[in-house]
Amino acid sequence: MISGAEAMVRCLEAEGVPVLFGYPGATIAPFYDSLRASKIRHVLTRTEQGAGHAASGYARISGKPGVCVVTSGPGATNLLTAIATAYSDSIPLVAITGQVATYQLGRDVFQEVDTTGAAAPFTKYSYLVKSAVDLPRVFKEAFHIASTGRKGPVLIDVPVDVQRQAIEFSYPEGVSIRGYKPPHAGHPLQIRKVAEAIRAAKRPLICLGGGAFLSGAVDVVRAFAEKFSLPVVSTLMGVGALPADHPYYYGMLGMTGTTTGNIAIDRSDLLILIGARVGDRAITRPDSVEKTTTVVHIDIDTAEIGKNVGATIPLVGDAAAVVSKLSEMDLEGDRSEWLRELDVHRAKEREKTLAKQSKSGFLNPGAFVRMLCEKLPENSVYVADVGQNQIWSARNFRANGRFLTTGGMGTMGYSIPAAIGAKAAAPDRCVLAVCGDGSFQMSMNELATMRQHGFPIKIAILRNGKLGMVLGIQRTAYGGREFAVDLEGSPDFKLIAEAYGIEYQRVCDMEGAEKAVERMLSSPGGYLLECAIDPEEGVQ
Amino acid sequence: MRSILSVLVENRAGVLARTAGLFARRGYNIESLAVGETEDATVSRMTIVAQGDERIMEQVEKQLNKQIDVIKVRQLNAENSTRRELALIKVNANTKTRGQITDICAIMKAEVVDLSPTTLTIEIADRPERVKQLLNMVEPYGIVEIVRTGMIAMEKGSAAISLPE
Repeated sequence: MISGAEAMVRCLEAEGVPVLFGYPGATIAPFYDSLRASKIRHVLTRTEQGAGHAASGYARISGKPGVCVVTSGPGATNLLTAIATAYSDSIPLVAITGQVATYQLGRDVFQEVDTTGAAAPFTKYSYLVKSAVDLPRVFKEAFHIASTGRKGPVLIDVPVDVQRQAIEFSYPEGVSIRGYKPPHAGHPLQIRKVAEAIRAAKRPLICLGGGAFLSGAVDVVRAFAEKFSLPVVSTLMGVGALPADHPYYYGMLGMTGTTTGNIAIDRSDLLILIGARVGDRAITRPDSVEKTTTVVHIDIDTAEIGKNVGATIPLVGDAAAVVSKLSEMDLEGDRSEWLRELDVHRAKEREKTLAKQSKSGFLNPGAFVRMLCEKLPENSVYVADVGQNQIWSARNFRANGRFLTTGGMGTMGYSIPAAIGAKAAAPDRCVLAVCGDGSFQMSMNELATMRQHGFPIKIAILRNGKLGMVLGIQRTAYGGREFAVDLEGSPDFKLIAEAYGIEYQRVCDMEGAEKAVERMLSSPGGYLLECAIDPEEGVQ
Repeated sequence: MRSILSVLVENRAGVLARTAGLFARRGYNIESLAVGETEDATVSRMTIVAQGDERIMEQVEKQLNKQIDVIKVRQLNAENSTRRELALIKVNANTKTRGQITDICAIMKAEVVDLSPTTLTIEIADRPERVKQLLNMVEPYGIVEIVRTGMIAMEKGSAAISLPE
């Protein structure tokens, strides 16, 4: 017989979980006591939200569910933002929360909240475990649900007395959930219809979303586009699926996307959406797209099809499986004129982008991101935060590696903890967090996590002293009435870096920036690079 | 458009809240919802009546299907299904009006199940439109209280919405 707490640790070991991100507390204390004896690494973040984002970064780089553990009450509520962030980006997480004892449930005792109730709208599934004998089945199911179909966070709420109950432990081999049978291969008839549509189209266009990464379809899609000369755009979550300098890649679409990307959508007569949910920031007027374009929607989640944009040909299935089948078909066609048209737009836009200058004493953010990407080693992980830094990053990202950001929720403070998680998943890869001075201050407490656990994350802060994105909205939609967007009172980041024992450099021109980036990348430890950005700089 | 959804779900705590929440957070109103155990004690059947155009109902059906605890969803239409609702109606009745009300009950095949010096309690189990008709008929006497179960429905003929093998 072993305790429920020991059983939880055994479950995680059976799932091959090497690292947990967490923050202990009273109702999860039995689990922590059992974890001490395990080989599983525990990373103590400085807030519960940081633990959730770190698990997200870990999941996105490892391809396996990220696991975070917190206590009940405020521990759980602090974690909710990270869970909701993962839900909107379809990131597989298993979140474990302590809960007050079963006999105390509903009595509003110390640190009790209805965690499963609060998390229900943004978890794929949640469990309140009332008896320790259920733990092995619940853990097995949770990992299965989080990592299959449309991925997402699963929450396991474990009352403290359940963690103390004694059980006979055996971990189940498989799961049997009769209400959950995620689709895999697409319907052959629908696939044939898509093939016909591609053959009939004059101006076909592929739009890649975050689903391309989640299904492991990146290589398949790239080969598919190359084989049949199909141009590709991406959503924010799909940035990096095709290398930025790929001849068939025409940029990010959407409100803050590239002109070429949006022209491509507008001009296409066949739009093939792959793992993209057509969020409002990606396609602001889906009704006009429906009218002029044949829409093929490939998604693993049936409910996404027809939700935001009407699909002419819906195709439910795993992107990698579906695109592999399409690749075997004969879809040859002459698309040279269409590609040439897009090339012209792209060249024009590139010229304009490169000509952009910033005031002296400031760095041009786009130019900085491009330079940074050129210097990054192969296979780096670039984590953009939320705000102007995110848009500058997404539009100018051209490194050979992964681009991570949160597109769905747009949670400020994501980059540093997510970078910590990414580094835990891939210690040998260079991991870089790019944030603004607003988002940095939402997560700068995690510098302690970096230091304590030895994560040499490189951080670039694009500092303009403002909440630039909100300022942009105030300029365009509120008559320029600037309010509550000034970050005056922010600390001296040099002293912050010193206090946490990491290297620091401030730059305000490209020449200095190049040298500083080289220094940052060759330094073995963490690094804080402060980049002076003109507060007048917009995202367009 | 009014739609009837017949939904087989796991008979577990929290399932009802998840299902209702799915409607609530999209701003869709549930007209009625009836839940009960099926022939298999681990499975409950929900009959949900909701208003919404085709696109909304399609989205609702898909979102329901997406729920881990939802085993099967089927939309039923009024013509092809047997629909019933149970209502208890407490209505004012004195010595003068009592006879008139029992007459109405007899015609409507409703039953008087309780009696007090000033009220009658009527039970009716019938198609929703018949329940409505009875309510209209007794309304002038003064309704004290109504309890309705919400509609339940079953497909006509031998077809069944049953568990997948």
